[in-house]
Amino acid sequence: MSEKTFVLDGKTIPYAEGQTIMQAAMAAGVYIPRLCYHPEFKPHGSCKLCTVKSNGRQAASCTQLAQSAAVVESDTQELNDERRALLQMLFVEGNHFCPSCEQSGNCQLQATAYALNVMSTHYDHFFPDRPLDASHPEYLLDFNRCILCSLCIRASRDVDGKNVFGLAGRGIKSHLIVNAQSGALADTDFAGDDKAAQVCPVGVILKKRRGFAVPIGQRTYDLKPISAMPDAKES
Amino acid sequence: MDTPVKRKLKVATTSLAGCFGCHMSLLDIDERLFDLLELVEFDRSPLTDIKHIGTCDIGFIEGGLCNNENVHVLREFRSNCKVLIAVGACAINGGLPAQRNHLALPIILQEVYHTSHGLAAGSDIPNDPELPLPLNKVHPLHEVVKIDYFIPGCPPSGDAIWKVLADLLAGHEPQLGHGLIHYD
Repeated sequence: MSEKTFVLDGKTIPYAEGQTIMQAAMAAGVYIPRLCYHPEFKPHGSCKLCTVKSNGRQAASCTQLAQSAAVVESDTQELNDERRALLQMLFVEGNHFCPSCEQSGNCQLQATAYALNVMSTHYDHFFPDRPLDASHPEYLLDFNRCILCSLCIRASRDVDGKNVFGLAGRGIKSHLIVNAQSGALADTDFAGDDKAAQVCPVGVILKKRRGFAVPIGQRTYDLKPISAMPDAKES
Repeated sequence: MDTPVKRKLKVATTSLAGCFGCHMSLLDIDERLFDLLELVEFDRSPLTDIKHIGTCDIGFIEGGLCNNENVHVLREFRSNCKVLIAVGACAINGGLPAQRNHLALPIILQEVYHTSHGLAAGSDIPNDPELPLPLNKVHPLHEVVKIDYFIPGCPPSGDAIWKVLADLLAGHEPQLGHGLIHYD
Protein backbone atom coordinates (compact mmCIF):
# COMPACT_ATOMS: atom_id res chain seq x y z
CA MET A 1 0.00 0.00 0.00
CA SER A 2 1.38 3.40 -0.90
CA GLU A 3 2.15 5.94 1.82
CA LYS A 4 -0.65 8.34 2.72
CA THR A 5 0.24 11.98 2.06
CA PHE A 6 -1.19 15.47 1.88
CA VAL A 7 0.27 18.71 0.56
CA LEU A 8 1.20 21.50 2.98
CA ASP A 9 2.28 24.78 1.36
CA GLY A 10 3.40 22.85 -1.69
CA LYS A 11 5.36 20.23 0.25
CA THR A 12 4.28 16.58 0.34
CA ILE A 13 3.77 15.48 3.95
CA PRO A 14 3.40 11.79 4.88
CA TYR A 15 1.03 10.89 7.69
CA ALA A 16 -0.27 7.89 9.57
CA GLU A 17 -3.98 7.22 9.88
CA GLY A 18 -5.38 9.16 12.85
CA GLN A 19 -2.67 11.82 12.89
CA THR A 20 -3.66 15.46 12.91
CA ILE A 21 -2.27 17.95 10.40
CA MET A 22 -0.18 19.43 13.25
CA GLN A 23 1.30 16.04 14.25
CA ALA A 24 2.20 15.18 10.66
CA ALA A 25 3.69 18.64 10.05
CA MET A 26 5.78 18.43 13.23
CA ALA A 27 7.05 14.99 12.27
CA ALA A 28 8.01 16.36 8.85
CA GLY A 29 9.80 19.33 10.42
CA VAL A 30 7.35 21.97 9.19
CA TYR A 31 6.50 24.76 11.64
CA ILE A 32 2.87 25.72 12.17
CA PRO A 33 2.50 28.50 14.80
CA ARG A 34 0.74 27.28 17.95
CA LEU A 35 0.33 28.20 21.61
CA CYS A 36 -2.24 25.88 23.23
CA TYR A 37 -1.01 22.72 21.51
CA HIS A 38 1.58 20.55 23.23
CA PRO A 39 2.48 17.16 21.74
CA GLU A 40 2.13 15.40 25.10
CA PHE A 41 -1.46 16.49 25.68
CA LYS A 42 -4.83 16.10 24.08
CA PRO A 43 -5.35 19.06 21.72
CA HIS A 44 -7.54 21.88 22.97
CA GLY A 45 -8.01 23.82 19.72
CA SER A 46 -8.60 27.10 21.49
CA CYS A 47 -5.82 29.52 20.61
CA LYS A 48 -6.61 29.24 16.88
CA LEU A 49 -3.05 30.20 16.00
CA CYS A 50 -2.53 26.90 14.18
CA THR A 51 -5.51 27.54 11.89
CA VAL A 52 -4.77 26.39 8.36
CA LYS A 53 -6.87 26.10 5.22
CA SER A 54 -7.50 22.46 4.36
CA ASN A 55 -9.03 22.14 0.89
CA GLY A 56 -9.99 25.81 1.18
CA ARG A 57 -11.69 25.44 4.53
CA GLN A 58 -10.29 26.88 7.78
CA ALA A 59 -9.56 24.39 10.56
CA ALA A 60 -7.36 24.19 13.64
CA SER A 61 -4.51 21.96 12.50
CA CYS A 62 -4.07 20.56 16.03
CA THR A 63 -7.55 19.01 15.92
CA GLN A 64 -8.10 18.43 12.19
CA LEU A 65 -7.17 14.94 11.07
CA ALA A 66 -4.85 14.70 8.08
CA GLN A 67 -6.71 13.61 4.96
CA SER A 68 -5.33 11.85 1.94
CA ALA A 69 -4.40 14.23 -0.91
CA ALA A 70 -5.74 17.29 0.96
CA VAL A 71 -4.26 20.63 -0.10
CA VAL A 72 -3.35 22.52 3.05
CA GLU A 73 -2.18 26.14 3.25
CA SER A 74 -0.51 27.53 6.35
CA ASP A 75 2.28 30.01 5.66
CA THR A 76 0.20 32.49 3.65
CA GLN A 77 -0.23 36.25 3.97
CA GLU A 78 -3.92 35.84 4.84
CA LEU A 79 -3.42 33.25 7.61
CA ASN A 80 -0.35 35.00 9.02
CA ASP A 81 -2.24 38.32 9.14
CA GLU A 82 -4.96 36.57 11.17
CA ARG A 83 -2.32 35.00 13.43
CA ARG A 84 -0.75 38.43 14.01
CA ALA A 85 -4.15 39.84 14.98
CA LEU A 86 -4.72 36.95 17.43
CA LEU A 87 -1.30 37.51 19.00
CA GLN A 88 -1.88 41.26 19.29
CA MET A 89 -5.21 40.62 21.01
CA LEU A 90 -3.46 38.29 23.49
CA PHE A 91 -0.86 40.98 24.19
CA VAL A 92 -3.40 43.76 24.88
CA GLU A 93 -5.79 41.61 26.93
CA GLY A 94 -3.15 40.82 29.54
CA ASN A 95 -0.17 42.70 30.92
CA HIS A 96 2.80 41.49 28.91
CA PHE A 97 5.80 43.61 29.84
CA CYS A 98 8.65 41.54 28.45
CA PRO A 99 11.58 43.57 29.87
CA SER A 100 10.54 42.72 33.44
CA CYS A 101 9.42 39.13 32.82
CA GLU A 102 11.60 36.26 33.96
CA GLN A 103 10.29 34.17 31.06
CA SER A 104 11.43 36.64 28.38
CA GLY A 105 13.47 34.79 25.78
CA ASN A 106 11.90 31.46 26.80
CA CYS A 107 8.33 32.62 26.18
CA GLN A 108 6.38 31.02 23.35
CA LEU A 109 3.98 33.96 23.01
CA GLN A 110 6.94 36.30 22.53
CA ALA A 111 8.84 33.88 20.27
CA THR A 112 5.79 33.26 18.09
CA ALA A 113 5.27 37.02 17.77
CA TYR A 114 8.93 37.37 16.75
CA ALA A 115 8.52 34.62 14.17
CA LEU A 116 5.47 36.38 12.71
CA ASN A 117 7.14 39.81 12.78
CA VAL A 118 4.67 41.41 15.18
CA MET A 119 6.08 44.92 15.57
CA SER A 120 3.31 46.52 17.64
CA THR A 121 0.31 45.66 19.77
CA HIS A 122 -1.98 47.57 17.38
CA TYR A 123 -5.10 47.49 19.57
CA ASP A 124 -5.94 49.55 22.68
CA HIS A 125 -4.52 47.98 25.83
CA PHE A 126 -6.87 46.68 28.53
CA PHE A 127 -4.30 47.04 31.35
CA PRO A 128 -6.31 44.62 33.53
CA ASP A 129 -5.80 44.44 37.28
CA ARG A 130 -4.73 40.87 38.07
CA PRO A 131 -3.13 40.33 41.50
CA LEU A 132 -0.30 37.81 41.88
CA ASP A 133 -0.46 34.65 43.97
CA ALA A 134 2.81 34.39 45.91
CA SER A 135 1.33 32.15 48.62
CA HIS A 136 3.25 28.99 47.63
CA PRO A 137 6.74 28.68 49.15
CA GLU A 138 8.36 27.51 45.87
CA TYR A 139 6.20 28.88 43.05
CA LEU A 140 4.73 32.23 42.02
CA LEU A 141 1.64 32.73 39.85
CA ASP A 142 1.60 35.90 37.76
CA PHE A 143 -1.86 35.91 36.19
CA ASN A 144 -1.03 39.08 34.21
CA ARG A 145 0.57 36.92 31.54
CA CYS A 146 -2.03 34.15 31.28
CA ILE A 147 -3.20 33.45 27.71
CA LEU A 148 -5.77 30.80 28.76
CA CYS A 149 -4.03 28.02 26.79
CA SER A 150 -5.14 25.57 29.53
CA LEU A 151 -1.90 23.55 29.38
CA CYS A 152 -1.44 23.75 33.17
CA ILE A 153 -5.05 22.61 33.61
CA ARG A 154 -4.59 19.62 31.30
CA ALA A 155 -1.21 18.73 32.84
CA SER A 156 -2.49 18.88 36.40
CA ARG A 157 -5.67 16.97 35.64
CA ASP A 158 -4.47 14.40 33.09
CA VAL A 159 -0.85 13.77 34.14
CA ASP A 160 -0.50 14.81 37.80
CA GLY A 161 -4.02 13.69 38.73
CA LYS A 162 -4.36 16.75 40.97
CA ASN A 163 -6.69 19.17 39.21
CA VAL A 164 -4.96 22.22 40.70
CA PHE A 165 -5.97 24.68 37.98
CA GLY A 166 -9.19 25.59 36.22
CA LEU A 167 -10.80 28.20 33.99
CA ALA A 168 -13.62 30.30 35.41
CA GLY A 169 -15.84 32.97 33.88
CA ARG A 170 -17.00 33.25 30.30
CA GLY A 171 -15.92 35.18 27.21
CA ILE A 172 -13.74 38.16 28.01
CA LYS A 173 -14.15 37.37 31.72
CA SER A 174 -12.51 33.93 31.40
CA HIS A 175 -9.61 33.60 33.80
CA LEU A 176 -7.32 31.04 35.34
CA ILE A 177 -8.17 29.96 38.88
CA VAL A 178 -6.62 27.73 41.51
CA ASN A 179 -8.90 24.97 42.78
CA ALA A 180 -8.74 25.64 46.52
CA GLN A 181 -11.31 26.99 48.92
CA SER A 182 -9.08 30.02 49.50
CA GLY A 183 -8.08 30.27 45.81
CA ALA A 184 -4.42 30.25 46.89
CA LEU A 185 -1.81 27.92 45.39
CA ALA A 186 -0.37 27.26 48.86
CA ASP A 187 -3.63 25.52 49.79
CA THR A 188 -3.31 22.92 47.01
CA ASP A 189 -1.02 19.88 46.67
CA PHE A 190 0.82 21.56 43.77
CA ALA A 191 4.53 20.61 43.74
CA GLY A 192 7.61 21.55 41.75
CA ASP A 193 7.93 18.14 40.08
CA ASP A 194 4.36 18.30 38.77
CA LYS A 195 3.99 18.35 35.00
CA ALA A 196 1.82 21.45 35.52
CA ALA A 197 4.88 23.29 36.85
CA GLN A 198 6.72 22.71 33.55
CA VAL A 199 4.25 23.48 30.78
CA CYS A 200 3.34 27.17 30.98
CA PRO A 201 4.26 28.64 27.56
CA VAL A 202 4.37 32.16 29.02
CA GLY A 203 5.44 33.56 32.39
CA VAL A 204 2.56 32.65 34.73
CA ILE A 205 3.95 29.70 36.69
CA LEU A 206 7.42 30.70 37.86
CA LYS A 207 9.84 29.01 40.23
CA LYS A 208 10.82 31.38 43.00
CA ARG A 209 14.44 32.40 43.66
CA ARG A 210 15.65 31.41 40.19
CA GLY A 211 15.62 34.85 38.56
CA PHE A 212 17.92 35.54 35.62
CA ALA A 213 19.96 32.33 35.96
CA VAL A 214 20.41 32.66 32.19
CA PRO A 215 20.93 36.28 31.08
CA ILE A 216 18.46 37.90 28.69
CA GLY A 217 19.84 37.56 25.18
CA GLN A 218 21.11 33.99 25.73
CA ARG A 219 17.79 32.22 26.25
CA THR A 220 16.09 29.56 24.12
CA TYR A 221 14.47 31.76 21.48
CA ASP A 222 17.21 34.39 21.58
CA LEU A 223 19.51 31.76 20.12
CA LYS A 224 17.15 30.22 17.58
CA PRO A 225 13.75 31.29 16.24
CA ILE A 226 10.82 29.15 17.36
CA SER A 227 10.07 28.46 13.69
CA ALA A 228 13.40 26.58 13.49
CA MET A 229 12.21 24.14 16.20
CA PRO A 230 9.07 22.73 14.58
CA ASP A 231 9.02 19.50 16.56
CA ALA A 232 10.31 20.83 19.88
CA LYS A 233 8.48 19.67 22.98
CA GLU A 234 9.01 23.04 24.64
CA SER A 235 8.16 23.44 28.27
CA MET B 1 24.37 69.58 -16.47
CA ASP B 2 24.49 70.00 -12.70
CA THR B 3 23.53 66.99 -10.63
CA PRO B 4 20.79 68.08 -8.25
CA VAL B 5 22.02 68.09 -4.66
CA LYS B 6 20.05 65.54 -2.68
CA ARG B 7 18.19 67.28 0.12
CA LYS B 8 19.00 65.94 3.55
CA LEU B 9 16.01 64.43 5.31
CA LYS B 10 14.93 66.19 8.47
CA VAL B 11 14.66 64.04 11.59
CA ALA B 12 13.19 65.06 14.95
CA THR B 13 13.47 62.96 18.11
CA THR B 14 11.96 63.19 21.56
CA SER B 15 11.55 61.20 24.75
CA LEU B 16 8.08 61.32 26.33
CA ALA B 17 7.46 58.99 29.31
CA GLY B 18 10.76 57.25 28.61
CA CYS B 19 14.19 57.01 30.19
CA PHE B 20 16.33 58.18 27.23
CA GLY B 21 17.59 54.60 26.91
CA CYS B 22 16.35 54.50 23.31
CA HIS B 23 18.24 57.71 22.57
CA MET B 24 21.34 56.09 24.08
CA SER B 25 20.74 53.17 21.70
CA LEU B 26 20.52 55.61 18.80
CA LEU B 27 23.97 56.85 19.82
CA ASP B 28 25.04 53.18 19.95
CA ILE B 29 25.03 53.08 16.16
CA ASP B 30 28.54 54.47 16.79
CA GLU B 31 30.53 55.42 13.67
CA ARG B 32 27.42 54.89 11.54
CA LEU B 33 26.32 58.27 12.97
CA PHE B 34 28.67 59.79 10.37
CA ASP B 35 26.84 57.93 7.58
CA LEU B 36 23.54 59.03 9.08
CA LEU B 37 24.59 62.68 9.20
CA GLU B 38 25.41 62.52 5.47
CA LEU B 39 21.74 61.73 4.88
CA VAL B 40 19.81 63.55 7.60
CA GLU B 41 19.87 66.69 9.67
CA PHE B 42 18.35 66.86 13.12
CA ASP B 43 15.50 69.22 13.93
CA ARG B 44 13.98 69.16 17.44
CA SER B 45 15.91 66.61 19.49
CA PRO B 46 17.73 66.36 22.82
CA LEU B 47 20.83 66.27 20.59
CA THR B 48 20.18 69.77 19.18
CA ASP B 49 18.19 71.35 22.01
CA ILE B 50 15.77 72.87 19.48
CA LYS B 51 12.57 73.32 21.51
CA HIS B 52 9.86 73.18 18.83
CA ILE B 53 9.58 70.88 15.88
CA GLY B 54 9.59 72.24 12.32
CA THR B 55 8.41 70.36 9.22
CA CYS B 56 10.19 67.00 9.26
CA ASP B 57 10.44 63.79 7.29
CA ILE B 58 10.92 61.40 10.20
CA GLY B 59 9.86 61.67 13.86
CA PHE B 60 11.52 59.26 16.30
CA ILE B 61 9.62 58.98 19.58
CA GLU B 62 10.60 57.03 22.65
CA GLY B 63 8.40 56.72 25.73
CA GLY B 64 4.65 56.45 26.21
CA LEU B 65 2.13 59.03 27.35
CA CYS B 66 1.92 59.70 31.08
CA ASN B 67 0.85 63.36 31.13
CA ASN B 68 -0.90 65.99 29.02
CA GLU B 69 2.37 67.54 27.83
CA ASN B 70 3.37 64.13 26.34
CA VAL B 71 0.09 64.11 24.37
CA HIS B 72 0.68 67.69 23.19
CA VAL B 73 4.24 66.93 21.99
CA LEU B 74 3.08 63.70 20.29
CA ARG B 75 0.37 65.57 18.37
CA GLU B 76 2.88 68.27 17.41
CA PHE B 77 5.18 65.54 16.06
CA ARG B 78 2.33 63.88 14.17
CA SER B 79 1.27 67.08 12.45
CA ASN B 80 4.88 67.91 11.44
CA CYS B 81 6.33 64.51 10.48
CA LYS B 82 5.66 62.52 7.33
CA VAL B 83 6.72 59.32 9.06
CA LEU B 84 6.40 58.68 12.78
CA ILE B 85 8.34 55.86 14.44
CA ALA B 86 7.46 54.56 17.93
CA VAL B 87 10.75 53.42 19.45
CA GLY B 88 11.02 51.06 22.41
CA ALA B 89 8.73 49.15 24.76
CA CYS B 90 7.25 52.25 26.48
CA ALA B 91 6.19 53.87 23.20
CA ILE B 92 4.64 50.58 22.06
CA ASN B 93 2.89 49.24 25.19
CA GLY B 94 3.45 51.85 27.92
CA GLY B 95 6.37 49.89 29.37
CA LEU B 96 7.66 50.49 32.86
CA PRO B 97 5.60 53.68 33.54
CA ALA B 98 2.44 51.68 32.69
CA GLN B 99 3.09 49.46 35.72
CA ARG B 100 1.06 52.07 37.61
CA ASN B 101 -2.00 51.44 35.46
CA HIS B 102 -3.71 49.03 37.84
CA LEU B 103 -3.65 51.65 40.59
CA ALA B 104 -5.96 54.68 40.76
CA LEU B 105 -4.00 57.92 40.27
CA PRO B 106 -5.28 59.59 43.49
CA ILE B 107 -4.06 56.59 45.52
CA ILE B 108 -0.58 56.86 43.98
CA LEU B 109 -0.31 60.63 44.59
CA GLN B 110 -1.63 60.18 48.11
CA GLU B 111 0.91 57.51 48.91
CA VAL B 112 3.87 59.31 47.32
CA TYR B 113 3.23 62.77 48.79
CA HIS B 114 1.21 62.16 51.96
CA THR B 115 1.66 58.75 53.52
CA SER B 116 5.05 57.36 52.46
CA HIS B 117 8.07 57.29 54.76
CA GLY B 118 10.67 60.04 54.99
CA LEU B 119 8.57 62.93 53.68
CA ALA B 120 9.66 66.50 54.52
CA ALA B 121 7.27 68.40 56.75
CA GLY B 122 4.52 70.06 54.75
CA SER B 123 4.89 67.74 51.72
CA ASP B 124 1.91 68.03 49.43
CA ILE B 125 0.78 66.88 46.00
CA PRO B 126 2.47 69.29 43.51
CA ASN B 127 -0.07 71.72 42.14
CA ASP B 128 1.92 74.31 40.19
CA PRO B 129 -0.01 75.35 37.05
CA GLU B 130 3.23 74.97 35.04
CA LEU B 131 3.44 71.26 35.81
CA PRO B 132 1.83 68.95 33.24
CA LEU B 133 -1.11 67.01 34.64
CA PRO B 134 -0.64 63.25 34.89
CA LEU B 135 -3.04 61.08 32.89
CA ASN B 136 -5.19 58.53 34.72
CA LYS B 137 -3.37 55.75 32.89
CA VAL B 138 -0.16 55.58 30.86
CA HIS B 139 -0.90 54.92 27.19
CA PRO B 140 1.14 53.72 24.22
CA LEU B 141 1.48 56.15 21.30
CA HIS B 142 -0.69 54.27 18.81
CA GLU B 143 -3.74 54.75 21.05
CA VAL B 144 -3.61 58.50 20.35
CA VAL B 145 -2.12 59.09 16.87
CA LYS B 146 -1.34 57.00 13.80
CA ILE B 147 2.13 55.49 14.06
CA ASP B 148 3.82 54.41 10.84
CA TYR B 149 6.61 52.15 12.14
CA PHE B 150 7.52 50.46 15.41
CA ILE B 151 10.93 49.41 16.73
CA PRO B 152 10.34 47.18 19.77
CA GLY B 153 12.92 46.55 22.51
CA CYS B 154 13.93 47.83 25.92
CA PRO B 155 15.84 49.46 24.42
CA PRO B 156 16.02 48.31 20.80
CA SER B 157 19.66 47.66 19.91
CA GLY B 158 21.64 50.23 17.96
CA ASP B 159 21.68 47.66 15.15
CA ALA B 160 17.86 47.43 15.13
CA ILE B 161 17.49 51.23 15.06
CA TRP B 162 20.10 51.50 12.31
CA LYS B 163 18.39 48.78 10.26
CA VAL B 164 15.04 50.60 10.35
CA LEU B 165 16.57 54.02 9.60
CA ALA B 166 18.77 52.62 6.83
CA ASP B 167 15.80 50.75 5.25
CA LEU B 168 13.65 53.90 5.37
CA LEU B 169 16.40 56.13 3.99
CA ALA B 170 16.96 53.63 1.18
CA GLY B 171 13.24 53.82 0.43
CA HIS B 172 12.10 50.33 1.39
CA GLU B 173 9.90 48.83 4.08
CA PRO B 174 11.89 48.28 7.29
CA GLN B 175 12.32 44.59 8.15
CA LEU B 176 13.82 43.29 11.40
CA GLY B 177 14.66 39.60 11.35
CA HIS B 178 15.51 37.17 14.15
CA GLY B 179 18.04 38.64 16.55
CA LEU B 180 17.02 42.23 15.81
CA ILE B 181 13.35 41.95 16.82
CA HIS B 182 13.27 41.89 20.62
CA TYR B 183 10.65 42.93 23.16
CA ASP B 184 13.08 42.84 26.10
